[in-house]
Parts: sequence; structure tokens; C-alpha cells
Amino acid sequence: MSAQQVETTTRPVDEREIQKSVVIRIRRRERPGAEQRWEEFEIPYRPNLNIISCLMEIRKNPVTRDGKQTTPPAWDMNCLEQVCGICTMVINGRVRQSCSALVDQLDEPITLEPMTKFPNVRDLIVDRSRMFEHLKKVNAWIEIDGSYDLGPGPRMDQDDVSERYAYSRCMTCGCCLEACPQYYEDQYIGPQAIAQVRLMNMHPSGKMTRDERLEGIMGDDGITNCGNAQNCVKVCPMSIPLTKAIYEENRETVVHGLFGWLKW
Amino acid sequence: MATTNGIRIAIVGGGLAGLAAAMKIAEQGHEVDLFSVVPVKRSHSVCAQGGINGAVNTKGEGDSPWKHFDDTVYGGDFLANQPPVKAMCEMAPSIIYLFDRMGVPFSRTTEGLLDFRRFGGTLHHRTAFAGASTGQQLLYALDEQVRRYEVGGQVKKYEGWEMVSLILDDHQVARGLVAMNLQTLELKAFPADAVIMATGGPGLIFGKSTNSMVCTGSAVAACYTQGARYGNGEFIQVHPTSIPGEDKLRLMSESARGEGGRVWVPREKGDARSSSSIPESERWYFLEEKYPAYGNLVPRDIATREIFQVCLDGYGIGGENQVYLDLTHIPAETLDKKLGAILEIYEMFVGDDPRHVPMRIFPGVHYSMGGLWVDYYQRTNIPGLLAAGECDYSIHGANRLGANSLVSCVYGGFIAAPAAIEYAKNIERNGADGSRIYDDEVRRQQEINDQLIRQSGTENQYRIHEEMGKWMTDNVTVVRYNDRLKETDDKLLELIDRYDHISINDSNLWATHALPHARQLYNMLQLARVITLGALNRNESRGAHYKPDFPNRDDEMWLKTTIAEYSGEGPVLSYEPVDISLIEPRKRDYSKGKKQDAAKASAGATTSGLPSKEGAPQVPVEGSEMKPRDLTGPAVWDQNKEEVRDVMRGETETRREQDKSIEDAGGKSDKL
Repeated sequence: MSAQQVETTTRPVDEREIQKSVVIRIRRRERPGAEQRWEEFEIPYRPNLNIISCLMEIRKNPVTRDGKQTTPPAWDMNCLEQVCGICTMVINGRVRQSCSALVDQLDEPITLEPMTKFPNVRDLIVDRSRMFEHLKKVNAWIEIDGSYDLGPGPRMDQDDVSERYAYSRCMTCGCCLEACPQYYEDQYIGPQAIAQVRLMNMHPSGKMTRDERLEGIMGDDGITNCGNAQNCVKVCPMSIPLTKAIYEENRETVVHGLFGWLKW
Repeated sequence: MATTNGIRIAIVGGGLAGLAAAMKIAEQGHEVDLFSVVPVKRSHSVCAQGGINGAVNTKGEGDSPWKHFDDTVYGGDFLANQPPVKAMCEMAPSIIYLFDRMGVPFSRTTEGLLDFRRFGGTLHHRTAFAGASTGQQLLYALDEQVRRYEVGGQVKKYEGWEMVSLILDDHQVARGLVAMNLQTLELKAFPADAVIMATGGPGLIFGKSTNSMVCTGSAVAACYTQGARYGNGEFIQVHPTSIPGEDKLRLMSESARGEGGRVWVPREKGDARSSSSIPESERWYFLEEKYPAYGNLVPRDIATREIFQVCLDGYGIGGENQVYLDLTHIPAETLDKKLGAILEIYEMFVGDDPRHVPMRIFPGVHYSMGGLWVDYYQRTNIPGLLAAGECDYSIHGANRLGANSLVSCVYGGFIAAPAAIEYAKNIERNGADGSRIYDDEVRRQQEINDQLIRQSGTENQYRIHEEMGKWMTDNVTVVRYNDRLKETDDKLLELIDRYDHISINDSNLWATHALPHARQLYNMLQLARVITLGALNRNESRGAHYKPDFPNRDDEMWLKTTIAEYSGEGPVLSYEPVDISLIEPRKRDYSKGKKQDAAKASAGATTSGLPSKEGAPQVPVEGSEMKPRDLTGPAVWDQNKEEVRDVMRGETETRREQDKSIEDAGGKSDKL
């Protein structure tokens, strides 16, 4: 009668597509502390599949490639437009968002693993609350007097705004920390937080409370732990100039360390 | 900072509206419990790209909050109660300034002032924007401020907790909520003096939409089933051009059509050939054929309806719900210059290069104008329960204008916060037997969980969700017929029956998707009926609600807000008059100035020059322009600022180009 009776899968597919399938290996863990294990799944190929779509397909009917009924893999997802950062995982050995990882551009079998630098909750889910703690530690906010109407903010040069905009796109996905050889638990605060220090310190009002933020990156886990591997910029999905932030803030902390006491 | 006097407000949802309310409450020295399914920084607000409206009038155009108000009411086809819309438009400039002070990297003019661009539904440069990710930037600014209060101990976040029900006392007063920990499935009661809902839209009811995966409307539906009224549910905005994905729909900016993109399908149904092997004569440029004057640049609502109809009739590419949006006839260099950023989005998610392969697009469910019924202080009919943002029905009437969603979220939060505090100050706390209601509600919710875990049946929850989405998308979006709406409701009833036979397919209940999804699904089915029956009842066409059998707006019968109330039998609908005390309803008429608009659009004015049912550029009607009569609303807009700020007269060519490149870069998410 109408299109409502047409199943979504009735699209005519050519021979090649019918025979083709996608093989996905998922590194699973039932719960924190449990052993990890690999499971392999095979789903029918369709054009324009991303990793999220594959996982959704597996979730509907979780049967492994060798026919064994299993539990559906668990993963995080939300915006699916690569702006929320939640669906980050390690795909074929590279950390990235699974929403923008297209099957057609990946070698098979595709391997999916949780990020390794954060506590593994289940399967592909990790707990990145540590990154939000970093933001607390470095006072990553502008100290406004109040949210009532105090008129316009300070005037700014578009060039400065553009630079700040680049840092402001950080979606706290954790790719930079996953790739950083120096980042491990509480050893090093990492590029994510340092870039936010840069973002706030560049702002005319933020500058006024710059020192507190600098202190946040001058402890034992501070900026000097950077080993200059430059992996962070390579994996950042938002192309944030993380090494530039580290360079600039390193300079600021040195100046602050040398002359900061003069203020007292 | 004021010391706390013991008031504790629960806020559900950590997007723009929820964080705006949290900041205001914490600033007043009170305490906030903030619940969010995902870490708040990952809320759906990040998806808004276009910008935020506020009539700051820095372009010497004589813009004013009143004009913004008029545009919003007109764009919403007069279905919104006018006083809160007016209050929002008056507050809008100060909201933008506040975000500027909080460090949002808004784009600037050469003089270092905030820059504004034009958007659909207005003739004025009224939209402040931060690159092509304004929503993300605004959300982050609030996230940062709320984190400040979190460090200060006034805000406690419960991220990874999903609200499952309100706790109501014997007098139907909200006394808190029950939330579920999404890792442990623990159910816990959270007492609160007031509860503010800020959970966003219900896009997932339609299966795939432009919404994020948390946008189930589930918590709002829980409030509805517990007695909260739901307003104007049938008004669902559908964006004409989205990129169909297996997982979701992503918006494609209309600037693609503005730059000469052509929409077509194969003339033969189900033609399986690739686009390049279909000769020109076998392509059906249906928009150009049906609308020779405007061609592909027909108003958005018409484009949406035509594309939808063509696919419903079976002409979609390969029988699927897709049509071609073809740019391949335009030189690649031109495309790169004008549409670079949006083409990259398409490439990233589709993998095809739209410079050489036609894009595949389809209209996508985008926004719900309807939501929880609230009064002018964002209070629902349940004492102690408030709502703000997309989950309330109050601002956008029958249709939302682009770049108005962000401002309405913040406005809603800013009104709800003091209203909740005021309410909390005056309420009597529960007596000694108060804890009973908390225990009872947790037990009730635990039984629902236990039942779901225990039951085994042959139905699959994800397939029921898919079916619901397909029926809703096919019959309750762009074009609505009463017989199909009736059939859809019957289908929903069938799905509700089948829901009783689902079995949770995950034996590992730690951090499982399956149980929370099952609970969301039940709630979505309830809300789907509200949307469907609201549409069935409303025999007229208004804004996003279009019935070919009733093609005209009917103010006499239907200038009314739809109110749905839950009953065991299904939604009970009633209607209340719309407050039109400030602007008299007038017909939305595009017969004038069309030529001019078409010329503008073809000259590359992208989307803003398009006349559109949902957001047409309007010529201010002589005499309709009035000074606000009353500035003593919740926010007082400082009239003197206009003189100080009115320094930019005329635009330089560079700025205009800048505008344009950013428009091209984004403008996707927040427009219709």
C-alpha cells in the first residue's frame, strides 16, 4: 500500500554486495577486573557503514562468527557527528571516534578495543572522568563576576578569537592522552588540560587569573613531563594545535616560576 | 557567595537549558543535583552549529527585540503564547553578552565587536556565531561555569544516571525523582525541593533523526505518564536536507542548493544503475519540473514535502528514502571555495566525494516544538516540576526559526531557576512520614526492572524500536493523512502489546544498554501516541503540521494549544486558547517580494534569501512595529546599549565574505 510496509532492507543490492560481509573483532571485558577476550562477528556488508552501525547491527542479535550466542557488546555513543567525543575507541590500532570511522576505509578484519589509558568499564566503554578532574585542577573557566547582565564582554581581535576557537573545540575525547607516551594515570596531566589553560589564559578576562591556572600545571604531574613525542597533535580529531599550547604554556610557567614571586 | 539555606533543586539534563539553570541556582547559593545520561559536556546541544539569535542591532539595521519577537511569533505560525516569546527576545542580547563574557569565541568584526549574520526568517543580522559550532561553544562555556560551582560544592553531578520517574506525594506534588545508575542499574531516590526537566527533544521516537542518541524523550514521557501535561506534541520540525546514515541522519546545509545544487531521482522506479550511468534524459529533476520559477530553491517546507512524497511514491534511489543532491556540474574549485567545510562533513561520514559523486539526501526529523506544558515561569501543572529547553513547548509555536533554539534553551533555564527557588522557599517540607513516598517509588521502579529482567518472550526491543521509527517517520512527519495517522496509532498499540513480550537480550546486566533501552522504549511508545493523536485531531495545516486534506491554517478552530494528558486508555486531548495579546495573527504571505528573494538566492545568498513557510524573510508590515510596552519582564533589556553598540554602519566586502564562508562551513544543524 504505502511505503510504510516496505522493509528498510528491501533495497536492491548487486551480487557483490550480497556476498560481502564485514568481519569485526571486538576486545571484550565483562566488568572491571575481568579478563579480556576477543570475539569475532560477521555482519552483512552495506554501503556507507560506520563502526557504530556495525555495533548496532551486532547488538540486535549478538551471535559470534562461529554461531555462538553471546552478550551484546557495550559501547558509548551520542551525537554521532564527531562533536561529543563519547564514542572514542581504538580501531585497527588507532584511537579515534567510531562514528566517523567508515568500514569502507578500514582494513578487515576490523579490530575494536577500548582505550587503554582509562579504567575499562565494560567492553568498549571507558571511564574518562579523570579528564574532567583535570579541568577542575587547572581552573578551566573564566572567572566572571556574575551571570547577571553586565553588558558586552571585552573587544577581541578576530585573529586571537580564531586561535582560541581552535582550542575551544576540544571535546574531551581523550585521543591525545591515549596516544601520549608520557600519559599514564596520574603521572602527567597531559595536553588536553594544558590546551584548556591556553584557551583561558588567552582571554582578556581569563588572563587576570592566569597564575592559578599555571600553578595547576606546574606540579609533579605538570607540563614539564611532556616528552615532545608529538603524538597528541597527530591523533587529535579536531586538529587542535596541542604542541603549540604546550610550548606557549611552558613558556608562561617558566616566566611565572622565575618572576611570579615578585608579585608578592 | 551566599551561604546555602538548604534549598536543593534537582535538574534533569545537562545541556544548555539544564546547565543554564544550574549556574543560576548555584550562583544564588543553593544546591543542585544535576542528572545526565552522558557526561554533561557531551549533551546534544553540541550539535547546534548555526548560531544564537539576539537583536543587538550593531549593523545599523534598526533591529530590535520587538522585531525578533515578531519574527519568532510569525515564523511559529502564531501558535506560541506571546508573552514568554517577547520576554525571551528581550533577554536575548544580554544572553549573548553573557556568553561573550564567559569566553565563547564568537566571531568578530574588524573593530573587535561581536559579529552577527543573517539567518532564515529575518531580514536582520541577528545571529551571533562561533565558527560552525556555536552550540558546542555555548555548552562548553556553561559547562565551565558549572564546574566552578561543582568545585565549590554547590553542584553535584550524577553523570551516567537516568531519571526514571518523579516522586509525587499524596497531593501530586513533585518531591524529587528516582534515577537509575546506568552501570549498576541501582535505583535511588533523590529528594528535591523542586525538579527542573531539561532533557531536550524526543527525536529517537522517529528511529533515525538528526538528534543525538540520548534524545529519547524518555524522562519527559515518564513525567507525562505521572500526570504532567504535554503541549503541542504534533509539531515536529523536519529539515529538508539531511544525510541518511545507517545509524542516524546528519544535516546537510541548504547552502548546497543555494550554490546551484540540483535535486533529482531516476525517472524509473528502482533504477539500480549508478548515478553517472543514468543519462540526463532519464533523470527526474522533480523540483525544477514542478516549480519552474524557483526550481531547487523552493521554500524549505515545500522541498521537504516534495522529496518526501517522491520517495513515498517509490521513486527514491534504489527504492530507498534517498534523492540525489547533485553538485557535480559545478567546478570543484568553485565548490571548494564556497562549500568547502560542508563537503568535508559529507565526505567524512559518507566517504564519497560530492565534487564527483552526487550526494544522497533525505528530510530528517530535527526538532520538537512540542513538549511539557509550562506557564510563563516554566512551571508545569505538577507543583514542584518545571521544564526548560526543547523539552518544554513554550516558545516556538508551530515551527522554530533557525538559531532560536539555543537562545530559548538558555532563556528557559534562566527563568526556571529563580522560579524553582521561589517555589522551594515557600513550600512546606515533608513531615516525618515523608520517606515513605521515596521508598514506595523506588520499589515501584525496581519492580519494573525486575519484571523486564525476568520476562522472556520472542520480541526484540530493537526491532520494535525500528518499527516504531519507521511508522512514525512515514506517517507522522512531513505529510499527514488522517487514515494513516489512525493506522499508525493502531500500530503503536500493537507495538505496546508486543512490548510485553520482549526479552532483554543481555545476560550481563553490568553497564548494559538493553535494560535502559527497554525502559526508554516503553516511554517513547507513550509519547509517540501523543504526537500521532495530536496530529490526527488537528484538522488544519500550520507550521510544520501539514495535512493535504486540510491545506489551510484555521485560526477559528485551531488557534489553540494541544494539551495531552495521560490516561490508561491513552492520551486525553484538550485545547486551550493561545495568548495573542501582543501581536494580532496575520497570514503568512509570500506572494510579495518573491522575485526579489529568488534573485537574491540565485545570486548565492544561500539559505537566507529563501522565502519559506517555516521562516520566511519578512518585510516588516507598516505599523506592526511597536516599542515593547513593558520592559519589566524577567529580563530588562537595556535600551541605551543600542546607542553605544550601534557603530557598525554598512559592511565591508571582507566581512561579508567572512560571513559567507562561515555560513557555508556550518549553518547546518540549527536551521530550517
